[in-house]
Amino acid sequence: MFTKRFSILPILFLLVTILAMTLAGCGSSATPTATETATAAATTPAATETATPTETATSAPTETATATAAPTETATATETATASATAAASATAAQAPARTGSKDVILATTTSLQDSGLLDVLQPDFEAKTGYTLKPVAVGTGQALQLGAQGDADVLFVHAPSQEEAFMSNGDGVDRRLVAHNYFILVGPASDPAGVKNTKSAVDAFKAISDTQSIFVSRGDKSGTNTKELSIWKKAGMESPSGAWYQQTGQGMGATLKVASEKGGYTLTDKATYLANKANLDSVILLENDPDFLNVYSVIIVNPNKNADINNAGAVAWADYLTGPDAQKLIADYGKDKYGEPLFFADAGKSYDEIK
Amino acid sequence: MQLIWEGLKQALALIFSGDPQIMGITLLSLQISLSGTLISLFLGVPVGVWLALYSFPGRRALVSLVNAGMGLPPVVVGLIVSIFLWRSGPFGLLHIIYTPTAMIIAQAVIASPVVAGLTIAAIQQIDPKFRLQVLGLGASSVQSMLQLLREARLPLLAAVMAGFGAVISEVGAATMVGGNILGQTRVLTTAMVLETSKGDFAAAMALGVILLILVYAVNVALTLIQQRRKPQ
Repeated sequence: MFTKRFSILPILFLLVTILAMTLAGCGSSATPTATETATAAATTPAATETATPTETATSAPTETATATAAPTETATATETATASATAAASATAAQAPARTGSKDVILATTTSLQDSGLLDVLQPDFEAKTGYTLKPVAVGTGQALQLGAQGDADVLFVHAPSQEEAFMSNGDGVDRRLVAHNYFILVGPASDPAGVKNTKSAVDAFKAISDTQSIFVSRGDKSGTNTKELSIWKKAGMESPSGAWYQQTGQGMGATLKVASEKGGYTLTDKATYLANKANLDSVILLENDPDFLNVYSVIIVNPNKNADINNAGAVAWADYLTGPDAQKLIADYGKDKYGEPLFFADAGKSYDEIK
Repeated sequence: MQLIWEGLKQALALIFSGDPQIMGITLLSLQISLSGTLISLFLGVPVGVWLALYSFPGRRALVSLVNAGMGLPPVVVGLIVSIFLWRSGPFGLLHIIYTPTAMIIAQAVIASPVVAGLTIAAIQQIDPKFRLQVLGLGASSVQSMLQLLREARLPLLAAVMAGFGAVISEVGAATMVGGNILGQTRVLTTAMVLETSKGDFAAAMALGVILLILVYAVNVALTLIQQRRKPQ
C-alpha cells in the first residue's frame, strides 16, 4: 500500500524539475538582453550559447500541454526539460563573467521624461555612441531617489532640487550636474472659477484656489511635480493643504491631468506632458512663466560604494553624454517640430544660480 | 465610443503591418506568461495533488492558504519580488531585476496558487474508489498518480487557462519587477498603461485588442486539447 515516504518521491522529482525549469527560464529570457548587448564582444559567446535553450524553452510549453492530456508522455517531456535546463545552467555559468563588466546601466528617472518622449530620443543615440545598454525605469522622483539611495540604480535623471540636495548631502550621490530646465504650468477649466487668470503670481493663484475651495488635483506621489506643488503651497502659507477640494490621485502626470480635466479642477503640470495630452483634455493653460514654476532637471551619479554591483563607469558615461553637445542639442530641439516650441532648455555647464 | 472604433482600426493596422515593436512586445508577453504558467504548473500541480490525496496535521490550514493565495494581489507579489531581487536585496547578485526572468518569477508566484487550488478541486472530485481500483490492479504509486491526473485532465486544463489568464492580464507586478523597459521588459499590459498615461488612447486600445486576441487564441488552443473527445 501507499506509504507517505514513498509517495512523496514523484513530488520531489517534480520539484527538482521545476528548479531546473526556472533556470531554463533565466537562460531563455536573458537572450533578448544578450542579443541587444551583442555589440560588446564579451557577451557574444554567451549569446550564442543561450540561443539553444531558448528553442527548447519555447517548445517546452506545447510539450507539457500534451503531457498533461496524456500522462504517459510525461516522462519524456520532463526529461527534455531537464536536459534543456542543464544546457541553460551551463549557459548561465558561461554568461557570468561577461556580466561583471556590465554593459547595463540602470537609470531611475521620472515619468515626465518618458511621457514626453524625450527619453526615447536620447536612449538610442546614447547606446549607439557608447555601447552601453540603458535600462530606464520611469518612476516618480521620490522613488527614483530611493532606488539610488539603496544602490539599486546606477544613475538618476530627476527634477526635485530640494530632495536632490538632501540626497547629495547624505552622501548617496557623488556628482550632480544640471542638464536642462523648463517651466511648470497651472492648468484648469476654461471657466476659471478661482479667477487665477487675474492673479499675478503662482503663490497668489494657489491662494485664490484655496480661498474659493476650487478643486485642485494633486499628484500626491512625492514626484518632482508634487514636490514643486507642495513648495508653492508652503509659500502660500499652507503646510499641507487639505479638504474636499484638495484631491490626490497618486498617479502619474498623464492620469492626473485626465482626472483634473474630468473633474473641472486645477492642477500643476509640466508643459511637455500637458501638450502631449492636450487633445484629450478640456483644461487650458491659466498661468505660466512664473519664476516659482521653474523645473530643473539634473543627472546624479549614485555613490558607487552603495553597492558593489553599481555600474559607475556606465553612470558616468550617461552623465557625460547628457551634458555633452549631442544630447544638449537633441534636448534643445525636442518638441519644436511637433509643438512649434521647445519643451526643454538645455543648460549643461551653467550653474544652478544662473537659471534662477 | 469613437475611441473603441479608432482602437480597433489601429489594432488591425498594427497587426497587419507587422510593426516590429508591437510584434516584439506581443511575443515577449506570450513568452513571459507561458513560461510563468509553465513553472506554476510544475509547482502547483504536485502541491495540489499532495494536498488532495494525503491527510496530515495542518492540511486544512494549508488548503485554506492555497485558496487564499488564489486571490494573491499581484502588487504585493511585485513589491516582495522586487525587494528580493533589488541589488540591495538577498538575491541582488543574480542581476535579474528589470529582466524578463524577474517577470517570469513574479508571474509564477501569482499563478501557482491558482493552479494548486484548482488541482486540489480537480483531484478531489474523482471518486476515491478509482485510485483504490488502480492500485488494486497493481499500479505503483507514481502510476496511480499519473492515472489520477489523466482522469482529471479536463479540470486541470481549466487550471492552466485560469493561471495563464491571471498572468497575461496582470500589470502591477509586471511594472514593478520589469520596469516597463522598451525592447526588454515592455509587455502588452504595461505598454497599455504607458500609452494611456501618454494620452494616446487609440494606441492603448489597439494594444488591448491585441491582448484580447492573444488570450483568446491561447484559450482556443487549450480548449481544443481539452475537448478533443466529443461529448457523448
